[in-house]
Amino acid sequence: MPILKILYKNAFRNKLRTGLTVLGITVAILAFGLLRTLVDAWYSGVEASSAVRLVTRNSISLVFPLPVAYKDKIRQVPGVKLVSWGNWFGGIYVEEKNFFPNFAVDPRSYLELYPEFILSDDQRLTFYRDRRGAVAGRKVVEKFGWKVGNTITLKGTIYPGEWEFVLRGVYRGMDDTVDETQFFFHWDYLNETVKKTVPRRADQVGFYLIGVQSPDLAATVALSIDGLFRNSLAETLTETERAFNLGFVAMTEAILTAIQIVSLLVIVIIMAVVANTMAMTTRERIGEYAILKTLGFGRLHIGSLILGESLVITVLGCLAGIALTFPAVAIVHHELGTYFPIFKVGGETLYLDFAAALLVAVSAAVIPIRRAIGIRIAEGLRRIG
Amino acid sequence: MAVPFSYSFRNLLRRRTTTILTAAGMALVVFVFASVLMLAEGLQQTLVETGSRENVIVVRKGSTSEVVSGVEREKAAVVETQPEIAGGPRGQKFAARELVVLIALPKRGTGQPSNVTIRGIGENSLALRPQVRIVEGRAPRLGSREVMVGMSIAKRFKGTGINEKLCCGMQEWTIVGIFDAGNTGFNSEIWGDADQLMQAFRRPAYSLVIFKLRDSSGFEAVRARIDGDPRLSLEAKRESLYYAEQSRAMAKFLRILGLSLTSIFSIGAIVGAMITMYSAVASRTNEIGTLRALGYRRSNILAAFLAEALLLGFFGGVAGIFFASFMQLITVSTMNFQTFAELAFGFTLSPAIAAESMAFAFIMGFVGGVLPALRAAKMNIVESLRAD
Repeated sequence: MPILKILYKNAFRNKLRTGLTVLGITVAILAFGLLRTLVDAWYSGVEASSAVRLVTRNSISLVFPLPVAYKDKIRQVPGVKLVSWGNWFGGIYVEEKNFFPNFAVDPRSYLELYPEFILSDDQRLTFYRDRRGAVAGRKVVEKFGWKVGNTITLKGTIYPGEWEFVLRGVYRGMDDTVDETQFFFHWDYLNETVKKTVPRRADQVGFYLIGVQSPDLAATVALSIDGLFRNSLAETLTETERAFNLGFVAMTEAILTAIQIVSLLVIVIIMAVVANTMAMTTRERIGEYAILKTLGFGRLHIGSLILGESLVITVLGCLAGIALTFPAVAIVHHELGTYFPIFKVGGETLYLDFAAALLVAVSAAVIPIRRAIGIRIAEGLRRIG
Repeated sequence: MAVPFSYSFRNLLRRRTTTILTAAGMALVVFVFASVLMLAEGLQQTLVETGSRENVIVVRKGSTSEVVSGVEREKAAVVETQPEIAGGPRGQKFAARELVVLIALPKRGTGQPSNVTIRGIGENSLALRPQVRIVEGRAPRLGSREVMVGMSIAKRFKGTGINEKLCCGMQEWTIVGIFDAGNTGFNSEIWGDADQLMQAFRRPAYSLVIFKLRDSSGFEAVRARIDGDPRLSLEAKRESLYYAEQSRAMAKFLRILGLSLTSIFSIGAIVGAMITMYSAVASRTNEIGTLRALGYRRSNILAAFLAEALLLGFFGGVAGIFFASFMQLITVSTMNFQTFAELAFGFTLSPAIAAESMAFAFIMGFVGGVLPALRAAKMNIVESLRAD
């Protein structure tokens, strides 16, 4: 491949400038990759949702509860395999910044509905048996250094008071798309306590989780559940878990759009830098291009020499950027794990990295190529420096 | 004697394309930097201006937002007996019991539902918030199924025009007015009679009690009494502080995101400036030799090239802030993580942000220019004169 050698030698004729440009691209690709990963993290809940799970909630909005008695009616709907229910507990562990999602759920049906939460059999059984028992994801447990058997106190925001739980199990995700930061405990514990303190808030659930027999039944089942409770005091809204999670993403769409725009801006910034480098390079070498033309090389050759050089620079930067993305993502994940339980580099991000690098290479080379091709031989040879 | 400033300036003018490309790169970085800070500032200002220092808000202990709070009727009555409460316009206690719930409404354009705050108000609620002005129609009559909507809601949500009907809680609510609460969170709310709404949503408890202090300094006394009363398990907070707290997590998130982004981006722009300045130095080796031969010192040369780099930063900074200032025309509407409800807020350009952005631009120029300028200053006179 002698052509590659020429391109490489050309590119590194001015070592300092090319080195700086490559560094610039590396940083830009790194930033682009991080932002793309951030957007992916935003959608991680949607990606992890199952097609055979439905979520039923009060149609007014999520803050309104449903009567617990609905569970028996929902169970009778044809196509429904399993019904589980729960409440968003919203408890705070020591300090507000230690956020992790915590729910009161019906343990047996919940764990059956979420086979991706892997829990050893004896931990599962002790959790079932202990009404004050709780199960937490591996990441929360590691973060706070809990041990199975520890008593964990959460301060209730929705349900006032200090709530004590005994950690009975630690679950792992089946694969790395599963959120390992959740904390859940017996719904009965919550309900019995609330019955004593605020009776009017007892026997209410925040949401029902419904397992359907097969994905193609989901739509019909959702419609029949909502039909069941139409015109009742608490009308329901049932959607697939995916649609439910997408709804959350849609509410923060403005921020997401901003991040996406910014991730394009970084590409534009680096385009300006590379275009500048290529413009300088060709300006210095106009005489050489004139000589090449004299020797009989056509536009195609000269054009591909410049484009090739631009490609060598950007691809080098791109590879370095991708290589750095992985450790950077690991660091960000460590720092912002509470906001984003799932934070990993997707395959699509890598393709987009390459696409961005190609785009930068081509657009940076366009003007220099036009200038080099357009030069008249005599004029080019006359120029010095 | 220093090298004339016009030398640096004209050099930039001569190599126009390169100057523009480099400054444009910096301008983009400054633009992102300023925009993100403006967004966080806008969010905080909106929520800071929402509350008033003279008003006290009483919610259930430990509740982080109004939505999760609950104040039973009898507790509300106890709160309203506090002696520090000012007298209202008609001689009664200047206090109001309010209900805050969320409903899902479809947005205009996408049709995607988003959570909107409905606030049930008492007869004093409007007087307690003088910033709320009715711009169209009238206020809802107490005891009726009427509501009024904030400007941001009327603009962004379907079916929220005047005389349209909202359907929730098995009731129809007629919209009789649109109010403008300026740059505050109330603009993203719907207001109706608290007791009617409680009945419709089957809520036996209010969410909060709000009252105006007779004297601002009386706050500590009333807070100690309410927080310490074991019957109540409520807590009192200044309204201004209460809303300002609701912006904390999101503003912090925006700032961290923005600062980490721009610090990465700035490396790109600094590299751009460095390339430009190195090539400026390289192509002017002869000139530098001549200047030195004329008697300019190394420090003069260093200053001249640094000035050139700082000028680049200046152009980038000014252009970046100029374009960022247009962002003030845009209003962002998104869900606040802390309250779980839709909130509209704008970009706010404060003098501090402008100064920080300019400083940032100069730093980029300086870091990009210092190494090339040192190289220029270190050149040997004879060798540089000999260079072609």
